[in-house]
Amino acid sequence: MNRSHRHGAGSGCLGTMEFGAEFRRFSLERSKPGKFEEFYGLLQHVHKIPNVDVLVGYADIHGDLLPINNDDNYHKAVSTANPLLRIFIQKKEEADYSAFGTDTLIKKKNVLTNVLRPDNHRKKPHIVISMPQDFRPVSSIIDVDILPETHRRVRLYKYGTEKPLGFYIRDGSSVRVTPHGLEKVPGIFISRLVPGGLAQSTGLLAVNDEVLEVNGIEVSGKSLDQVTDMMIANSRNLIITVRPANQRNNVIRNSRTSGSSGQSTDNSLPGYPQQIEPSFEPEDEDSDEDDIIIEDNGVPQQIPKAVHNTESLESLTQIELSFESGQNGFIPSSEVSLAPLASGTNTEFETRAPDQKLLEEDGTIITL
Amino acid sequence: MRRFLRPGHDPARERLKRDLFQFNKTVEHGFPHQPSALGYSPSLRILAIGTRSGAIKLYGAPGVEFMGLHRENNAAVQIHFLPGQCRLVTLLDDNSLHLWSLKVKGGVSELQEDESFTLRGPPGAAPSATQITVVLPHSSCQLLYLGTESGSVFVVQLPAFRALEDRTISSEAVLQRLPEEVRHRRAFEMVEALQEHPRDPNQILIGYSRGLVVIWDLQGSCVLCHFLSSQQLENVCWQRDGHLIVSCHSDGGYCQWPVSSDTLQPEPPRSCVPYGPFPCKAITKIFWLTTKQGLPFTIFQGGMPRASYGDRHCISVVHNGQQTAFDFTSRVIDFTVLTEANPEAAFDDPYALVVLAEEELVVIDLQTAGWPPVQPPYLASLHCSAITCSHHVSNIPLKLWERIIAAGSRQNTHFSTMVGLAPAPPQPRARLAHELLRHLLQEWPINGGTSLAPAPPQRDLLLTGHEDGTVRFWDASGVCLRLLYKLSTVRVFLTDTDPNDSLNAQGEDEWPPLRKVGSFDPYSDDPRLGIQKIFLCKYSGYLAVAGTAGQVLVLELNDEEAEHAVEQVEADLLQDQEGYRWKGHERLCARPGPVHFEPGFQPFVLVQCQPPAVVTSLALHSEWRLVAFGTSHGFGLFDHQQRRQVFVKCTLHPNDQLALEGPLSRVKSLKKSLRQSFRRIRRSRVSSRKRRPAGPPGEVQEGRSRAERTGLQNVELAPVQRKIEARSAEDSFTGFVRTLYFADTYLRDSFRHCPSLWAGTNGGTVYAFALRVPPAERRMDEPVRAEQAKEIQLMHRAPVVGILVLDGHSVPLPEPLEVAHDLSKSPDMQGSHQLLVVSEEQFKVFALPGVSARLKLKLTALEGSRVRRVGAAHFGSCRAERYREHHLAVLTNLGDIQVVSLPLLKPQVRYSCIRREDVSGIASCVFTKHGQGFYLISPSEFERFSLSTKWLVEPRCLVDSAETKNHSRLCDRPGPEKASGRARNSGSQSDGEERRSGPVMEHALLNDERVLKEIQSTLEGDRGSCGDWRSQRAAVGYGLSNGGGCS
Repeated sequence: MNRSHRHGAGSGCLGTMEFGAEFRRFSLERSKPGKFEEFYGLLQHVHKIPNVDVLVGYADIHGDLLPINNDDNYHKAVSTANPLLRIFIQKKEEADYSAFGTDTLIKKKNVLTNVLRPDNHRKKPHIVISMPQDFRPVSSIIDVDILPETHRRVRLYKYGTEKPLGFYIRDGSSVRVTPHGLEKVPGIFISRLVPGGLAQSTGLLAVNDEVLEVNGIEVSGKSLDQVTDMMIANSRNLIITVRPANQRNNVIRNSRTSGSSGQSTDNSLPGYPQQIEPSFEPEDEDSDEDDIIIEDNGVPQQIPKAVHNTESLESLTQIELSFESGQNGFIPSSEVSLAPLASGTNTEFETRAPDQKLLEEDGTIITL
Repeated sequence: MRRFLRPGHDPARERLKRDLFQFNKTVEHGFPHQPSALGYSPSLRILAIGTRSGAIKLYGAPGVEFMGLHRENNAAVQIHFLPGQCRLVTLLDDNSLHLWSLKVKGGVSELQEDESFTLRGPPGAAPSATQITVVLPHSSCQLLYLGTESGSVFVVQLPAFRALEDRTISSEAVLQRLPEEVRHRRAFEMVEALQEHPRDPNQILIGYSRGLVVIWDLQGSCVLCHFLSSQQLENVCWQRDGHLIVSCHSDGGYCQWPVSSDTLQPEPPRSCVPYGPFPCKAITKIFWLTTKQGLPFTIFQGGMPRASYGDRHCISVVHNGQQTAFDFTSRVIDFTVLTEANPEAAFDDPYALVVLAEEELVVIDLQTAGWPPVQPPYLASLHCSAITCSHHVSNIPLKLWERIIAAGSRQNTHFSTMVGLAPAPPQPRARLAHELLRHLLQEWPINGGTSLAPAPPQRDLLLTGHEDGTVRFWDASGVCLRLLYKLSTVRVFLTDTDPNDSLNAQGEDEWPPLRKVGSFDPYSDDPRLGIQKIFLCKYSGYLAVAGTAGQVLVLELNDEEAEHAVEQVEADLLQDQEGYRWKGHERLCARPGPVHFEPGFQPFVLVQCQPPAVVTSLALHSEWRLVAFGTSHGFGLFDHQQRRQVFVKCTLHPNDQLALEGPLSRVKSLKKSLRQSFRRIRRSRVSSRKRRPAGPPGEVQEGRSRAERTGLQNVELAPVQRKIEARSAEDSFTGFVRTLYFADTYLRDSFRHCPSLWAGTNGGTVYAFALRVPPAERRMDEPVRAEQAKEIQLMHRAPVVGILVLDGHSVPLPEPLEVAHDLSKSPDMQGSHQLLVVSEEQFKVFALPGVSARLKLKLTALEGSRVRRVGAAHFGSCRAERYREHHLAVLTNLGDIQVVSLPLLKPQVRYSCIRREDVSGIASCVFTKHGQGFYLISPSEFERFSLSTKWLVEPRCLVDSAETKNHSRLCDRPGPEKASGRARNSGSQSDGEERRSGPVMEHALLNDERVLKEIQSTLEGDRGSCGDWRSQRAAVGYGLSNGGGCS
């Protein structure tokens, strides 16, 4: 009952990555396929790539490339083997997610049509759906339980994403209810969302939303430039509390019985910062603050800390490192194999630089 | 757990904070911006200057200063002291009159506004009817005569400003009392001159603009005399004995009219046009002053030939066949002549000409042959050439101080010494030596009042770098900021023009006899000469200055003049970076061969950075004989002992094109740069016009400004918006080196400390280099070695503005040589050192040598302000003598000043200091090591502020009431000398004993320099008593500030 399996594997070596493919055949017990993790370990063992993260996919009976990343689809794949199961392994950093999906394998073979009809290349790219374990929070609504329902506290995780934050703020005035009646007070508003930016993609922020707080600090009384500086200083872990311009989608909770939401918030506003203070400690949000230190032996390390939040993501470290190497002209030797050299952080880095070059002087040119 | 201890929760700490910190703006140094009026009181010997922003400033003897601010933001047009009184009247350009007085409170005089008044005409009258043109305070001090545009002279009673309508001298009344033939010629129009008869208080002179001058009898209400000239009248002067009137006219001439009881109008016996015969500009003011010798002084403003010299700002002095037209570089606002103050004296005997020009105060000694200028002890024109940077050095050792003064005194030989001119004020013994040292060479004629401020506890230097390549050394110890020495770096370089050319251009037999006076010269030959960074080692006398075109000069103080070649070394900061092209300015060409240097700081090494970008940071370590410099491209280390470059490091980011092109690449021509600097001057003027100390603004004004604000909001077309984007590594100018710092600390391991150099960039990178400096005996034989030991990339990537190493006791490491001179405890090398990195956004403390993060304060993330300036300072307690703490003084981009504690980085206090729009003010701020600071409030003025309760330099002075003075003068004929002395003694009984001994001491010392030195040295040795004094001073200062807060 042994079955042969065929593999295509991308190697870690940069020279052979594009052309080289390694093939392995081995057999599996169809009736007792075991767990996905065991299978994954087996693949790594067979290919002698114990520490490389890979994506596993298989060709189903229709010729589609489908992923194997949990027990269910693993079992499904084994059961559909007829009798050979073709499994494809890609190094995760270089993974081409668009390869997965219906008709993918068939189309791939159809090289000739691609050459003859170059329009095909311009076809709308497939929507990228990454593996569940690759999901990383981009944004979240937090502190729903302690905020008035007219307010929304949004956390943007700039961390690890290459996407720009992508929004603009402006001065404006908003109407508050005070003991002396309605009063116009200056406020800060979101003025523009950059298409494709992080802020827009979350759907949690909109133009004309009033910004009330930045990382727990009230913006009232602060100038536009001050608020800008605060947001940029917190840009790696930005938490903004807004009063959405559109109040219709609010969830009316039982605890609050107010019907006219807009005005009730205005009333509650002066009191509520104290109310939320205990729940929010900006000082706790320090996971983003690990400076990089390079000793004279050339091995970069993050600065050790007594209390360290382990949340820190490797991907960030790598991005930082690649910047470093660009700046100093050296590549730390221990990192060579891991650095995504060929797949182009560096090349991308250079080609994108011209349009990204912002001239932010910040007054530092003044040398008086 | 510490983070839960919020500031404000610990009452003991709050109490201590009150003893340590206190914010005061104490004194404004320099020349008032946009002066608009001059006043002088001969009896008080006090000068008053009014400005376009409505400030009035009074100056007497050095240290005697007062400042007042009108509530209205209007220009002061005229200032008049009431004769013999401590009161003055100001006229603003909104036609309001204000009465100010100097009142003694708690032993010191204070300037305060008593009353204000606006002249109202009868209902329906034209506004010009009451538009005041001339103010005459009557000698009775009860009445004020106000000449107006309508020709009427109104009378108001002081001090309440009660209008006496029945006493008004209307032009109709005058007309009726004039003979028939005069009435035909519409002789009136506005009043141009009002004078009281020098001897007879019942007569006043009224001059009308059409040329009619009448002498009016106040009691009889009749015209005693009248004179009619054919020319427009500008001004008149009444000779001291009242027998002659001199009038000056718009055609550039003046006439003398003998006054006789004969009411018949005489024809002018003599009309003189001094710079005729071609058309001349008007003579706007004239003085006719008698002397004992017989020949009068004629001093007048203007009158220059219109075509060829009409654009000059001149004041001419004519006496005894001599004539000089003093030619000022800026517009003359007003002038006065200091004469015999005693009204009973027979002659004027003028001794000094005081000219208020737009950009400086010039005083000319009229008693010394050649009429040399006198160097004022205050009101220095800081902006003779635009200030480009400043550097403060506290507590200068006496030796260096004397050498700098000696070098400076040789530069001031063209100034008058004015010895014996005016009496020196008797001094309390404590400050005698100090004062004498400063005034050994000259006496200042405007010396009213007594400064009660104790002698400064230490000698402080403020160094300002200027656009023309000079560095000026100012004595910043006390209230008077005084120029000690001027260093020019121009000699080292080849420039287009020889600096000596322009001075020698004037020939001998030139007519008119122009003579340039004053030091204001805003025109820089070459903007590349501008000084950008200064670093002085006060122990060794080594000085490093760096400029706009990448030039770094190392200078050494030499008491002798010398001629030597300056060694040139080039530092290529780009190193192996390829394919870059510098599009900025060229480097300066050094003058080849030996150069002659006058005594003072003499350069011996020139390090030229390549590309020649602006030097953005500079550090000097005089013990190791190293100088470090940084530009937007990188930084380098130079061994000035061996005259050898140790290393350079390029900090450029490969994408940073801007840094390579250079900030001045767009400056195409000198003309353009001139235009820019004019624009800059104008801009800063506009900004300072808005500057007003936060007083209670008038309600009307507030309402109006609010209306304006809301109006603006409604009008607003496109809202200002700001992009929110995380900083990336690719921003421009990341390689810009912002700060350099030498430290002897644990860089590699915790067992051995070694010399190190730290550099911080605009992109949030800190580089640390371990240095190996050979021991002194082999210093010339072995090279200095440097090796990069660490590199820190701050994740928030904000510019690094300060680096500091704290020793085991969390005290900042001392300056080089400080320990060697026994002026500081040696640093604690046992405990672990800490590194403090201050970026624009955060303060961060790292443990050394591991560079592990210990603490931080995220300033920007919390309040949106950015650090612009930071300085370590120690603060003494005003209660406990020995107690002191080290903290950071911080200035943010919002103009706030904060104190952040070391090493725990807790914000202590916060004061708003500078308006946030005042970018040049914020950029110019310097902190001292004792919690004081300076910043520019205008191109020509430094505001001095203090954060400390203990170190406070502010004017405290007494101006004695006039009654005693008048009395003493009347009974004591030869006058001012004794009179003023006596008056001062009467001012304060408490230490009268000491004061009476003053004059004796003074004479002894003046004649014997050796004695002077001795006194000085005893004062030096007596620093313990200084401490006593300091605590006493602090207590006074504390009480004072309370009083100030209430008033």
